[in-house]
Amino acid sequence: MTLANDAPLSRYRTMRRIRTFEERVGELFLKGESAGSMLHLSIGEEAVVGLTDHMKTGDTFTTHHRGHGIFLARGADPMRMLAEIAGREAGYCRGKGGSMHIADRGLGHLGANAIVGGGIPHIVGAGITARNTANQAISVAFFGDGAMSQGILYEAMNMAALWKLPVVFCCINNQYGMGTRVDRSAGKQAFPARAEAFGLNAVRADGADVETVHNDTQAVMEGARDGHPGFVEIDAYRFHGHARMDKSPYRTPEEEAAGRDRDPLIMARTTLDDEAALNTIDAEVTEEMDAAMAGAIAAPVPATDTMFQDVYDPTTPAPQPQRARLASVLEELN
Amino acid sequence: MTKTTYRDALRKALLDAMAEDENVILMGEEVGLYGGAYGVTKGLLDHFGANRVIDTPISEPGIVGAAIGAAMTGLRPVAEIMYVDFAGMVMDQLANQAAKSRYMFGGQIGVPMVLRTQGGTGRSAAAQHSQSLEAWMMHTPGLRLAMPATVSDAYHLLRDAMRQPDPVVFIEHKGLYTLKGEISPDPDAPWGQPAIRRDGRDLTIATYSRMLHETLTAAAALAPEVEVEVIDLRCLNPLDDTVLMESVRRTGRCLIVTEAVTTGSVASEIAARVTEQCFDWLEEPPLRLGGEDIPIPVSPALERASIPDAMLIEEVARWLVTREAPSWAA
Repeated sequence: MTLANDAPLSRYRTMRRIRTFEERVGELFLKGESAGSMLHLSIGEEAVVGLTDHMKTGDTFTTHHRGHGIFLARGADPMRMLAEIAGREAGYCRGKGGSMHIADRGLGHLGANAIVGGGIPHIVGAGITARNTANQAISVAFFGDGAMSQGILYEAMNMAALWKLPVVFCCINNQYGMGTRVDRSAGKQAFPARAEAFGLNAVRADGADVETVHNDTQAVMEGARDGHPGFVEIDAYRFHGHARMDKSPYRTPEEEAAGRDRDPLIMARTTLDDEAALNTIDAEVTEEMDAAMAGAIAAPVPATDTMFQDVYDPTTPAPQPQRARLASVLEELN
Repeated sequence: MTKTTYRDALRKALLDAMAEDENVILMGEEVGLYGGAYGVTKGLLDHFGANRVIDTPISEPGIVGAAIGAAMTGLRPVAEIMYVDFAGMVMDQLANQAAKSRYMFGGQIGVPMVLRTQGGTGRSAAAQHSQSLEAWMMHTPGLRLAMPATVSDAYHLLRDAMRQPDPVVFIEHKGLYTLKGEISPDPDAPWGQPAIRRDGRDLTIATYSRMLHETLTAAAALAPEVEVEVIDLRCLNPLDDTVLMESVRRTGRCLIVTEAVTTGSVASEIAARVTEQCFDWLEEPPLRLGGEDIPIPVSPALERASIPDAMLIEEVARWLVTREAPSWAA
């Protein structure tokens, strides 16, 4: 097998890792081990791997609150991710950020964000850095269809086009911003046309087929590296509710069934047509994620006093705990 | 030493920092070709070119957001928001993004940027161009906040701000740009600490930014009858209050003078700290003398009357020291 022919199988493996990982996140919640219930699963959106496969070491990205899959695709360690989601010291952010604020500077992840659209303009700055230092990196902002209604996106796209920055805006349209279907939030759903109006290269890709996403986003991603900013809409379906407590009462079982029929993993299996190889991958992934899950659950919680670290850089005195502060006030008064 | 202005001291700080470090960039509305709304960045575009002095569209959240991304990836951006009043546009990027990144990401990703802006009254710029919003910044852990009152601090505090590993909100005062003075070879106090601008034994007045000058005028008028110790806080977040508390314990009295509306203000925070930490030393309650709790009116007469001036500071100080009710308090 040539390297080129390995790539689709590799993309299937990454998609399977995302799917299984997200299932483990759900289990983490059910076991009572997750930090809270604000866990947003990207099941159904795995074909984003077709786009992330165009990214290279040194590239940077920001994600929204539904970004587990993107981070895994960019090389994250699932144990450290689950540990972070469980609020453990071994997590990527030492249990300070959690699912919605996971990041890793080394892997280029400049931060997941819990403000819709909040991380989008950061890639403009990363693009300025790339331009000024000629570091050859591109930067990608990942967000959902909900952020298509945020003004900051349009400010950022305008700046990217104006300054010809090596950046890509990637909208993973899973049809829902929380409980609001996109046809109830967008006057006109021609999202790539909005980006084109700003002067960006724009494309819509079918999120049911990872190979289509890979092929259809290639020109935009390569263009960005040459200083032509781009926009990609990946047309997908959010298989599950908004967060763990959401049972999706706002949509019909028929609609969900139709959405889940557009499953990028099933599509990839059909295309690859190699049951034995695919089943081997699935078994390996299950084993990997089971180990990650066990490692995360076994990881210790952070010591309480770590809460005062990293408000400012380490040379700045940490804030004083209230109890200690008041004790010293009262002691001095005596 | 030659005299310069607050404006030119700021410009020199930017120029010196940019000449030293090619990673320092400026970005904001009208910072390049126009030279800055108040002339602070005049000529810098010619010096350093359009890749480092970046004229932006009128997109304040985008400006701050882009500066954050540039800071995260290795540059040292100095972003400018023309008026601090536009903080209403940028508070998500400032308070949710810049301020919290280091913490949320477990210490891995700092945001070493400076947000230059200016505030305050004095130009009849009315309710949306005259505010003093420093309390919004002080209420946000993760942000640093500096407000220079003197020409020398305009230079040194801005240079220091550009060396910080965390985001600094740097609020200039629109009424001080033409202030003349000298840039001393060394800063008047280390970064983060207040400077004692006048020694005194009867009363401590804590202040910052333009109100320092009104306070010093009042202190001069009160002497020698009342000797006021004047403390310029300079850096408000995190606030190092050691020097202030030592002073209040010496004088037993504290007045806090600011231009911002009084309720929920920096002055309120300082009054609370003085009450907690100096309770047994206080002869009188700490008093806040701030701006009136109103939007800033445009009429020069109303605008002037809405914030403290030297005469009012003098009267309140005298009351605090002698407990004689002033004529207006009857």
